[in-house]
Amino acid sequence: MKAELRYAVRQTLPVMIGYLFFGTAFGLMLQNIGYNFLWAMLASLVIYAGSMQFVLVSLLAGAFNLPAVILMTLTINSRHFFYGLPFLKKFREMGKAYLYMVFSLTDETYALLCSVWIPDHLDGKKVRFFIALFNHLYWITGSTLGALGGALLNIDLKGIEFTMTALFIVIFIEQWISATKITRVPAVVGLLCGLVLRLILGPDRFILPALIVTVTILLVLRPSLDRRSGEKEEEGSSVPSKR
Amino acid sequence: MAVLTFLLRFLPFLLFGRKERPSPVLDSLNKLLPSAIIAVLVVYCLKDMNFRRIDNFVPELIAVAVVALLHLWRRNNLISIGGGAVVYMLLVQLVF
Repeated sequence: MKAELRYAVRQTLPVMIGYLFFGTAFGLMLQNIGYNFLWAMLASLVIYAGSMQFVLVSLLAGAFNLPAVILMTLTINSRHFFYGLPFLKKFREMGKAYLYMVFSLTDETYALLCSVWIPDHLDGKKVRFFIALFNHLYWITGSTLGALGGALLNIDLKGIEFTMTALFIVIFIEQWISATKITRVPAVVGLLCGLVLRLILGPDRFILPALIVTVTILLVLRPSLDRRSGEKEEEGSSVPSKR
Repeated sequence: MAVLTFLLRFLPFLLFGRKERPSPVLDSLNKLLPSAIIAVLVVYCLKDMNFRRIDNFVPELIAVAVVALLHLWRRNNLISIGGGAVVYMLLVQLVF
């Protein structure tokens, strides 16, 4: 148990820095429009969706408009639909933690869970659960602190949000290094779809179309990718001297 | 907002989670999808870059290069992420 806790802390360290910072920024903003730290805590506990909560602040500051809330949530968070797919079985096996794992699947938690390598002597279920839980706690802590005393913070932290970008880049590189030529295809497809649709649609509405196009292309390429990675494995095991 | 976000995260489990054995299509898609989604997320993080303003893409490009080089050199997550973030913060606060 202790080893799992320690391992999860180490894995989540980059997210901790990012979430504490973003959480603080959120808490501060919420406090500025007249909601105290309990509200910040509550929002981070039950909503737990970074960019969405910043939208919440602007919605709360204006007149409450339910259709706008619904529309914004659906457009901003619809990317989360894709995050559950790799974990359909893994989360179910986690028993009681199942619903919590689904609830806490943010961008960063998704990326960590996809990329984390679990040593043999550790219980993978516990590590995954702690990763999800710690990230959530960092976020709640950040928001609460931000609402309580964010204004006292004197250091200029502008730019610290880059920790999140760097985290995704590192995970991307790790996956690239450990992949073979054929398993790199999805990464290239994702990158190209992201870039092209960002250029066409602009920064605010490209993410969902980009994901849909990526999945579609992967579905089309799947049979040939499957076949070729199968061939490669056979080649490697039976006729190693072929190349 | 909370309910909708949870429902969005829960939807794939509702749609595909009940089956005892996942379909082969879904199975192989799941091997391909994570690396593709991470790639899209990298673009998502850098979405606000603007090539018409020098202070809006040079720090990003430099910091991305720093992260990549540090990571290829040491392959230590904390060094690459910490180093990249520090460089980026220095760039946006002091240089640009």
